[in-house]
Amino acid sequence: MAAGRNISVSEASRPKLPRHARLKFDETRQVWVILAPERVLAPDAIAVEVLQLCDGERSVADMVDHLAAKYAAERKAIAADVIAMLQDLADKGFLTEARERTS
Amino acid sequence: MSILDDGKATAPPGDGLAALESRRSTAETFGIPLAVLAEVTHRCPLQCPYCSNPVELDRAGAELTTEEWKKVLSELAEIGVLQIHFSGGEPTARKDLVELVRHASDVGLYSNLITSAVLLTREKLAALADAGLSHVQISFQGNEGVAADRVAGFKGAHARKIEVAKWTRELDLPLTVNAVMHRQNLHQLPDIIQMAVDLDADRLEVANVQYYGWALKNRAALMPTFEQLEETSRIVGEAQARLKGTLAIDYVIPDYYALRPKKCMGGWGRQFFNISPAGKILPCHAAESITGLEFESVRSNHSIAWIWQNSEAFNRYRGTGWMKEPCKSCEFREIDFGGCRCQAFALTGDAGNTDPACTLSPLHEQIFKLAEQEAAGNNNRFIYRNFAGGTPEAEGGHGG
Repeated sequence: MAAGRNISVSEASRPKLPRHARLKFDETRQVWVILAPERVLAPDAIAVEVLQLCDGERSVADMVDHLAAKYAAERKAIAADVIAMLQDLADKGFLTEARERTS
Repeated sequence: MSILDDGKATAPPGDGLAALESRRSTAETFGIPLAVLAEVTHRCPLQCPYCSNPVELDRAGAELTTEEWKKVLSELAEIGVLQIHFSGGEPTARKDLVELVRHASDVGLYSNLITSAVLLTREKLAALADAGLSHVQISFQGNEGVAADRVAGFKGAHARKIEVAKWTRELDLPLTVNAVMHRQNLHQLPDIIQMAVDLDADRLEVANVQYYGWALKNRAALMPTFEQLEETSRIVGEAQARLKGTLAIDYVIPDYYALRPKKCMGGWGRQFFNISPAGKILPCHAAESITGLEFESVRSNHSIAWIWQNSEAFNRYRGTGWMKEPCKSCEFREIDFGGCRCQAFALTGDAGNTDPACTLSPLHEQIFKLAEQEAAGNNNRFIYRNFAGGTPEAEGGHGG
């Protein structure tokens, strides 16, 4: 995606979907989809769960805590998976970061 | 313009982000398309000699009304269409476009605007963004005004496009630059690629002209030589590697120079339909050029889903049952579905023949040779697209 918009996902990131990427449940096909320019992506169940947490407020660290508790899984493994998945989305231009508040 | 198709998968299957359409088996089912092209008007201030509209254009008086389009958009969303491409002609020539985009948003459709940009003001673009527009695709005819405006047949078009592209990014809308390439502008390709980067575009489509309708009339002036095409492919390949992560580049070659025909529209009536200004449901934007096919309208008593699934025109060339030799027994018949029906009709007089772009077509050699001769010739004079059936470029107006 365009220069300057790439982000590097870390536990401190507070990611969200950019306005041109929309997560939606497709009633006809009974699957979750991400709608983007000239693309329709089909995220899997885990990706959907993570993406629903990407509200620009929650940090990746919070998401990982939440998922590790929910699935009683090792935090380190969850963190690695979540960051890799979000970075992949960011590289494709379907994820952005909430702007730092300056006030 | 590129349509969602198998070639557009942005991730390998199995990583959880595979493109939906590449996982769906389309072999035996005709599921409702994910995206539909709405050609809301054929009116356009530009006169590009390769226009993808049919030579017989729909007049303004035949266009669907605002209420009719809104009903169509609601019906599309209801049956499972996810994206709507507002196209034309020039879609912004319709005064009700903001209202249509807002209605598309209200019923949950993701909307793209495919535009020449010359009629847009910043206020109009902002109103479209407010109405929920999600993506803007602007066509460019070159990288500078002189050559680009000559192709568009519209003075000042290029400068206006640059301005609108900047507004698009200022309004935080994603931008695709669509560059239609042919013999008169291929030399500008490196500069066009740089222009897309400078405009902060997300995507660039380098789309060589496809030769039917208006472009077929202008083939002698537009067809590149094989050497030019090789150079183009090299430039695109280099740019794709260099700009990875900055600018996504989609590349379409003219199928005259391909070894195998293109899987046109992902196969007739398999993944895609478009709606003409007058409301006809078509397997592709050029399908009305095939005489002898009756296309049903949204103004008929049938639902859109019924027309897609059951109408004679859609079923005529679906699958492989209609094929004659050499397609019928060809091992590639379910890979390319015999190429493009409109091109087969335009060049052989029978839409049921193998597309001559295929090397297995008995007409391939003859047509390829003719195109080669035209490409090497010096007929550079355009026939401009208009409602009067085309107007030849003034003597001396062309560059060569």
